Amino acid sequence: MENTKIRVALAGNPNVGKTTLFNAITGSRQHVGNWPGVTVEKKTGIRSYRGYDIEVTDLPGTYSLTAYSLDEIVARDYIIEEKPDIVIQIIDASNLERNLYLTTQLMELETEMIIALNMCDLALERGDKLYIDRMQEILAAPIVQTVASRDIGINELLDRVIEQKYNDKYHGREIGYGDIIESKVLEIEKILLTDPELSKRYPLRWMSIKLLEGDRNVRTKVGKSHVSAAINELLASIDQEEYEADIADKRYVAINAIFPQMCTRCNVRMTKSDMIDRVLTNKYLGIPIFLALMWGAFELTFAFATPFTDMIERIFLWLAVNVTSRLEPEWLASLIGDGIIGGVGAVLTFVPNIFILFFLLSLLEGSGYLARAAFIMDRLMYKIGMHGKSFIPLLMGFGCNVPAIMATRSIEDEKDRLITILVVPFVSCGARLPIYILLAGAFFGRQAGTVVFFMYVLGIVVAVISAKLLRSTIVKGKPAPFIMEMPPYRVPTLRTSIVHMWDNGAMYIKKAGTLILIGVVIIWLLASFPWGIEYGSEESYVGMMGHFFAPLLEPLGFDWKMTVALVFGLVAKEIVVASMGVLYGAGDSPEALTASLLADPAVTALSALSLMVFSLLYMPCVATLGVIKKETGSWKWTAFALAYGIAVAWIMAFFVYQGGKLLGY
Amino acid sequence: MSEITLDTLKPGDLARITKMRVKGPARRKLFDMGMVAGSEIELVRTAPLGDPIEFQIKGYHLSIRKEEASQIFVQKIE
Ligand SMILES: Nc1nc2c(ncn2[C@@H]2O[C@H](COP(=O)(O)OP(=O)(O)OP(=O)(O)O)[C@@H](O)[C@H]2O)c(=O)[nH]1
Ligand SMILES: [Mg+2]
Repeated sequence: MENTKIRVALAGNPNVGKTTLFNAITGSRQHVGNWPGVTVEKKTGIRSYRGYDIEVTDLPGTYSLTAYSLDEIVARDYIIEEKPDIVIQIIDASNLERNLYLTTQLMELETEMIIALNMCDLALERGDKLYIDRMQEILAAPIVQTVASRDIGINELLDRVIEQKYNDKYHGREIGYGDIIESKVLEIEKILLTDPELSKRYPLRWMSIKLLEGDRNVRTKVGKSHVSAAINELLASIDQEEYEADIADKRYVAINAIFPQMCTRCNVRMTKSDMIDRVLTNKYLGIPIFLALMWGAFELTFAFATPFTDMIERIFLWLAVNVTSRLEPEWLASLIGDGIIGGVGAVLTFVPNIFILFFLLSLLEGSGYLARAAFIMDRLMYKIGMHGKSFIPLLMGFGCNVPAIMATRSIEDEKDRLITILVVPFVSCGARLPIYILLAGAFFGRQAGTVVFFMYVLGIVVAVISAKLLRSTIVKGKPAPFIMEMPPYRVPTLRTSIVHMWDNGAMYIKKAGTLILIGVVIIWLLASFPWGIEYGSEESYVGMMGHFFAPLLEPLGFDWKMTVALVFGLVAKEIVVASMGVLYGAGDSPEALTASLLADPAVTALSALSLMVFSLLYMPCVATLGVIKKETGSWKWTAFALAYGIAVAWIMAFFVYQGGKLLGY
Repeated sequence: MSEITLDTLKPGDLARITKMRVKGPARRKLFDMGMVAGSEIELVRTAPLGDPIEFQIKGYHLSIRKEEASQIFVQKIE
């Protein structure tokens, strides 16, 4: 027998635990973090429960059904247009008053609703008294208490979902807006009623209220109807700003009237969080602490990983020596030794760094510090023409640029968002890290750490200067107002951090085993042919290719092997290291890549530095370009990102190399 | 009692909103976030560089820039 399907949407304010609940219900591992705006796309999962297939959709958070940013539009459109059977509003029990504001609007949609009162642990811990029965009566919707982060209340919630499916129409109670507004609502409803199409699709009362509020989206919906002239005339005759203020006001008045019956002793301050903030956002300490945290995270990424990377390097060396020397025929030994172990191995060596990097980023996201970073940095960001919120994608970019660019969806203003998308690729992602460790480690000895840190700083500096440039040339204007909720600090859950680290680490390994492997085999083939040449020599196809591009890159100090590495690195930056592994690792006695690099007279400390700078900046990888296209919706901007990156990289590397030579290095 | 703007409060000061004069898209957003006339609001802290400002309103923390705060009128609650 076919299971009955129930479509459920998870709606609610940002950062109330929707995704945590979604993961708990469906067993998924979607990204969770303690700042508003983590989820920017809808995600669907299915849970079979008591003979039902419950299709759950996790939505981005929204404060109101009038949407401002792209992620909010996704949420609103889903609720209004896709008409799920049941909407579960997740409410943060420790932040009831503001969460109810969305409830008042959801009720006007006249869909079946269940309320999941999440974060009950926090509310109870600080001594709130919640009156669930009373709340249920007032809101006329079933209420389930949950602690999503500890899987509490999930089954009860699913039971309610099934019950609700068979309930007779059981609407929540809508609030009243007072004589003046209500009489206008009636007038508009009457006009709308003459269009049966509209009245079939959307609740009329909701539409009327939204029109009075000046909701542009509803206005376009009506704009296509024959009633639009009458509506426009009516709306032109009123002072919209007054109505807008009045409606919001009436909603909060209604909440004020019911709120004290649902909860007493609420609104106690989060004292622990306040104490932490007194230090972390302190007038004098705030910025030094931020810098110290960044430096600390950077140090940990390397220091912690070193013993592990050394070990992995030794394993590959051992493999190269012992396995390949016994392999026959010779070409197979070369493919496995020079190609796969040399190339893929070079990438895999840095897996520990990637794991630590993502673990630390997850701690940053889970603690609530990201919102503080935006708060601390907004002033500086504003000066360079960026929005404080843009700081969050920039920091996320240290992991991977792709989700960082997606995260810009929660930036309301189009121009603020465009600038952020265009500069995120300069933030040094995890895939670039192996290049620095390899080259800095080989050529800069004890200064290696400083050199790598300099690369990270350079990425940020270039991003910032580019933003300033864009603001004063192509994307003119001022950053939009900064309006941001500051969530209380939370102890990041170990489970979330480990999942985040593992999923991203696994992705890196998988990429090494697929895309990078293919790239490596191609490079090896090109390095081995035509027949009869010496492997990896200038007569090989890669050699020819390198020489073809070399004139362009010669002023930057790159020999043909580096040139080849950079060309293949266009696909994914890990390939830069992989192809160096393939090309430099070649030789009779397999030795560590570091040693072969040092032995090669064409590679000097200066050209290595220049190569690092160039790899950092030269181009967003293919995946990043794809997401830039998707998020800007424009080939023009995608091409711009590509061309601009290459130009900046060339100029910077030129200055580093030629400047260094002038200084006598 | 005299009307002052939100940005002139000191940390720890409690006030009641009387008029919200912010224009543009931010206006709606601020309403949604609870910045309506009659709401109690407390200035919690200023960012290290002097802007934005963090407030407590409706039981949660919200930060906005001085520019917007200077267009929100309040009455101090002693
Ligand atoms: N104490 C406690 N923390 C929770 C609970 N549910 C979620 N959290 C935490 O709340 C934060 C936000 O969780 P998310 O699931 O990312 O919230 P969201 O509603 O999906 O947020 P957006 O996608 O930004 O709208 C995370 O730090 C969670 O660990 C809960 O029941 N109790
Ligand atoms: Mg989410």
